[in-house]
Amino acid sequence: MSAAFHDRYHAGDSPLHRLDPRVKLATALALILGTVLLPERAWPAYPLLWALIGSLAAIGGLGAWHVARMGGLALPFALAAVTLLFTTPGPPVAQVAGFTVTSAGLARFLAILLKSWLAVQAALLLSMTTHFADLLWALESLHVPGTLVAIIGVMYRYLFTLKEEAERLIRARAARSATAPDQKAGGGVVWRAQVAGGMIGNLFLRSYERSERVYAAMLSRGYDGRLRKLDPPPLTWRAVMLGGVPGGGVDRHPRPGRAVVELTREPPYHRG
Amino acid sequence: MFIPIPAMHIPDGFLNVPVAVVGWALIVVVIGFALRQTRNQLGERQIPLMGILAAFIFAAQMINFPVAGGTSGHLIGGMLAAVLLGPWAAVLVMTSVVAVQALLFQDGGLLVLGFNIFNMGIVSVFVGYAAYDWIRKALNNTRTAQLVGAAVGAWLGVLAAAIAASLELAVSGTSPLEVVLPAMVGVHILIGIGEALITVAAVAFIQQTRPDLTGAAAAVEARGSTWIAVGLVLALVVVLVSPLANPNPDGLERVAEDHGFIEAAEDPPYEVIPDYQAPFIEDEALATIVAGVIGVVIVAAVGWGVSRLSGRSAAHDEPTSAQGP
Repeated sequence: MSAAFHDRYHAGDSPLHRLDPRVKLATALALILGTVLLPERAWPAYPLLWALIGSLAAIGGLGAWHVARMGGLALPFALAAVTLLFTTPGPPVAQVAGFTVTSAGLARFLAILLKSWLAVQAALLLSMTTHFADLLWALESLHVPGTLVAIIGVMYRYLFTLKEEAERLIRARAARSATAPDQKAGGGVVWRAQVAGGMIGNLFLRSYERSERVYAAMLSRGYDGRLRKLDPPPLTWRAVMLGGVPGGGVDRHPRPGRAVVELTREPPYHRG
Repeated sequence: MFIPIPAMHIPDGFLNVPVAVVGWALIVVVIGFALRQTRNQLGERQIPLMGILAAFIFAAQMINFPVAGGTSGHLIGGMLAAVLLGPWAAVLVMTSVVAVQALLFQDGGLLVLGFNIFNMGIVSVFVGYAAYDWIRKALNNTRTAQLVGAAVGAWLGVLAAAIAASLELAVSGTSPLEVVLPAMVGVHILIGIGEALITVAAVAFIQQTRPDLTGAAAAVEARGSTWIAVGLVLALVVVLVSPLANPNPDGLERVAEDHGFIEAAEDPPYEVIPDYQAPFIEDEALATIVAGVIGVVIVAAVGWGVSRLSGRSAAHDEPTSAQGP
């Protein structure tokens, strides 16, 4: 998880970046839904879908191969489905380590892998071309409760701040954890878990106190429990149509979701 | 080196669509109640507090410790959030964490986000919290009692989420229950021990440094959480087992066929599959959705009852629940 701790958004000005985020979100969900609903033996459909996703990635300036490679990031989960190879009844096609692989099992397993790979790419297209603030107001206009969206907005605002806080804690631990080449260092697993837990407790206190400061700062600027945001721009028919022919939208719009992030920015203070 | 164990965040493609839809139906109700509960308790502090603590859980998941053989353990966080904030706030915090993991980092799918939130944000929180609360009260709510409760709750919460995920995978036909359940439970018995250790250490640290932050706040929300946990488990069982109990559909039939297949492997009249795929998909979807509706009704009823109970007590205890600066 921490390995992938980078905002995936690639700033850009492609037609895909400019498409209304509501349309993009709906299109991405539709793509994923379509992928998951594919009958498992509809083999020609998979390369066609990939061609669609790949050309969208190219339009978005992301590189079809790059997105295709990143699409594999959910594949370790395939371990959960690997027994299908052996347990699905069907004509045997191969022997692996004494178990019989059936053709039906192979088809089912491959279909799951391909679907996962394609669905991750569709989700990547969305998050690589949509600023998270835009994604948030798109979620809200799809009737995700506003309070939840605001909570996630504040979370996003502080995600990277607290990530750095955690990194400082980890660096401090590393700095105090010298190891000699021929000696086992750092106690047993239980002790290590306790250290990690203590650090997390520490991080909680810092976060909690930060939330108090942020709340005070918000109050002092007139916060009354409601977040004031720009109205979302009207959803144009053009953008909706282009959702069906993905990749051609040209609507420029302000970012109503940004207001959440701006409103919660805390004043400068000294780190203790 | 950090090797994430991808056992919990189900990616798209691993659950079928009717199952994914049931997940969404389940969480909509619970999250709605959670939003109302936390607003009653926290008022206008709700948004900044929940948001920053969601970011905290996310960052805390980075703090890992080496276990053995190149693997490392890290926090999942549901129980810690529940101990510190109470179960309803913990639901919102974990919901935000799981949603951002999916939306921003593709850690878990979008279509299956409903069940990922359900497993990690709702089942683990409520099952863990019910155990924590019960133990804490049985042992007179001392500090040690809180720690014991947190340990058991953290372990049970992780395990419950793993069982829920296995049921979902099995019902979707992604993996036979007889394989996925022991595998998931086996792995998560160990992960749960790590979770319990970290949670206890974190709670103990906070007890020492800011004793005002543990116990008091959550006590207000404690009432009825056992019933919520029971309701949730019931709902999940109803949702996921009823398609199995139905004579036609997917899961149980698969398992049965697997057994038949394993026993009669040399003797293959294998025309069972085409039969089983085409005509029953409709049935399966229908059965699952009907079961989902029943589950939602149960959760809604339990949640409604609890929200009335704790709404009353929250109004009564207003001054103690606002633990501001």
